[in-house]
Amino acid sequence: MIRFLLIGLLRDRSRSLFPVLMVSAGVFLTVVLYAYIKGMVGDMVDASARFDTGHVKIVSRAYHLRESQAPNDLALLGVDDLLATIRTIHPRMVWTPRIRFGGLLDVPDANGETRAQGPVAGLAIDLLNKDTPERNILKLDESLVRGRMPEQPDEILISETFGRKLGVPLDKNVTLMSATMYGSMTLHNFTVVGTVHFGMAALDRQLILVDINDAQRALDMTDGAGEILGFKPELDYADQEMRILSQSFNRRFNSAEDEFSPIMHALSEKDLLGEILEMTNIGGGIIIAVFVFAMSIVLWNAGLMNGIRRYGEIGVRLAMGESKGDVYRSMIVEAVCIGIIGSVVGTIFGILTAYWLQYHGLDFTDFMRQSTMLMSGVIRAKVTPFSYVIGFFPGLLASVIGTLFAGIGVFQRQTAQLFKELEV
Amino acid sequence: MSALIRIQDLTKQFPMGGRRFTALDGISLEFERGEFSGLVGPSGSGKTTLLNIIGALDNPTRGSAIVLDRDTKTLRHREAARLRNHNLGFIFQTFNLLSVYTVFENVEFPLLLLKMEKSGRRKAVMDALEWVGLTDKVDMRPARLSGGECQRVAVARAMVKNPKIVLADEPTANLDAENSHNILKMMIGLNREFRTTFIFATHDEKVIGYLKRIISLNDGQVVRDEEP
Repeated sequence: MIRFLLIGLLRDRSRSLFPVLMVSAGVFLTVVLYAYIKGMVGDMVDASARFDTGHVKIVSRAYHLRESQAPNDLALLGVDDLLATIRTIHPRMVWTPRIRFGGLLDVPDANGETRAQGPVAGLAIDLLNKDTPERNILKLDESLVRGRMPEQPDEILISETFGRKLGVPLDKNVTLMSATMYGSMTLHNFTVVGTVHFGMAALDRQLILVDINDAQRALDMTDGAGEILGFKPELDYADQEMRILSQSFNRRFNSAEDEFSPIMHALSEKDLLGEILEMTNIGGGIIIAVFVFAMSIVLWNAGLMNGIRRYGEIGVRLAMGESKGDVYRSMIVEAVCIGIIGSVVGTIFGILTAYWLQYHGLDFTDFMRQSTMLMSGVIRAKVTPFSYVIGFFPGLLASVIGTLFAGIGVFQRQTAQLFKELEV
Repeated sequence: MSALIRIQDLTKQFPMGGRRFTALDGISLEFERGEFSGLVGPSGSGKTTLLNIIGALDNPTRGSAIVLDRDTKTLRHREAARLRNHNLGFIFQTFNLLSVYTVFENVEFPLLLLKMEKSGRRKAVMDALEWVGLTDKVDMRPARLSGGECQRVAVARAMVKNPKIVLADEPTANLDAENSHNILKMMIGLNREFRTTFIFATHDEKVIGYLKRIISLNDGQVVRDEEP
């Protein structure tokens, strides 16, 4: 009997091909959309982690309260000892100190007179160490556009956009005007040896990358750092693990009485990132729910239309002695088959498209020039193992729910009334 | 001889607007095995309604229809389907063949519902198609058949499970005279060979000419029951 029904299903394109195409299209959209949102949010979290929060971040309690201002006067001191201690306690984590600072960059002409000036967003990192983890964390080698990586003290990198805007030539001196951690004005000469492009407007607008030792000297922050970032070695964020780590650290090092005592926060505890992470997790569910609802209505309608078209067939089947329950069940079996086939086809095309989007992405750079979010202008998808199965939920559910609704009419009517309506 | 079908004081009413329309009004009839009888009357006289009740597709408002010793009014959906499946064959005015299936598959369908095994099914289908003279069209779809051929397939489908009763609702209404006579002769043959009870609902004079018992209905009542 099942074979008989399947033969009918395959031969009748309006019952097989078109519903399969409809389900495939819906599943395709679900898979691509899910992978794209996953990639977009993942990129945002990843960029935040790499450039701002780390997987965990240690700052002083006072610095934490005014963190958006990067108040270096409230920075951590005794950083070398603190780093040595936490590297001993958590040897599997990668720890790296950073200083964020602001200032003015002065670009001189051939006579040493100011040719151009611009406000800078400075980031001091471990740049010169041979084994520095920052090259990997910030993907510096991939981001280098012109020139080379700094090899000597006072050699810096500048963002390509900023460099071109100021007309900064490579291997020429520029002067940073800023403030020390004690509030005095400071001037320091650097040599620009390369330019970088991270693809994030918020960073590329006015970034300079300085070695942390140079920044400590320039900003009078000996053995100091604004923040210490911790990363899992594989750079994959694990929220629960990082929260436990930060709680354990704070129990040991944080003191409510000392505003300069270190305090650690996990990435998800920073601003809205926790909510964004939460959104990532429930985003798939929302997509599925919305899609199942929309597709159910579409398939319900299609099922009704198909049911009307199949009135003759259903009437004959009833007359031949098939019960209404069996007719209803066979319609659901058909819906399951269509759901599975449509889901497989939709998933295959969806995954292929998602992979394409993962490698090439869609370029929104022009729309994000004024963006202050740490987010790449090229938004890419991210194919995860769940991307392979997410389409089956709406594909199957929508088909079956649509048929359930459409079939209720068959199941609830009096047989003779149905028979009459079937024009038999 | 015990009656295959006993209709006792049967009334059927349908709601129509704010009142009730009486389609059948206190009918009592009996049908024996091997009858070739017809319900005859104008449109709206209650022929199809009575056929539906005999076929366990509808329930009477009052009275009873005992088909093969089973009161159709007390049957559940599944039991009614089982009664139709095992004992009743239907032939329709518009043939109602399943367009996506071949002639063979259309005739095979009732046997699938009976869960008959494959070799038995094949033999029964080929026998049925031989009775109606369509063994050369087994792989064709209904769209490629003439009206007469379609109705012969419908007859084969109704007869393939060797039912005790065949209910035929205006079976010749869409056929020309020649095909109508051919179909009716074939049904007469099957009636003689298998002693299958045929009950027609018709107002076609061609059919009436072949009937051995004519039950005339008018306004839901039996006005004449005669053997010509």
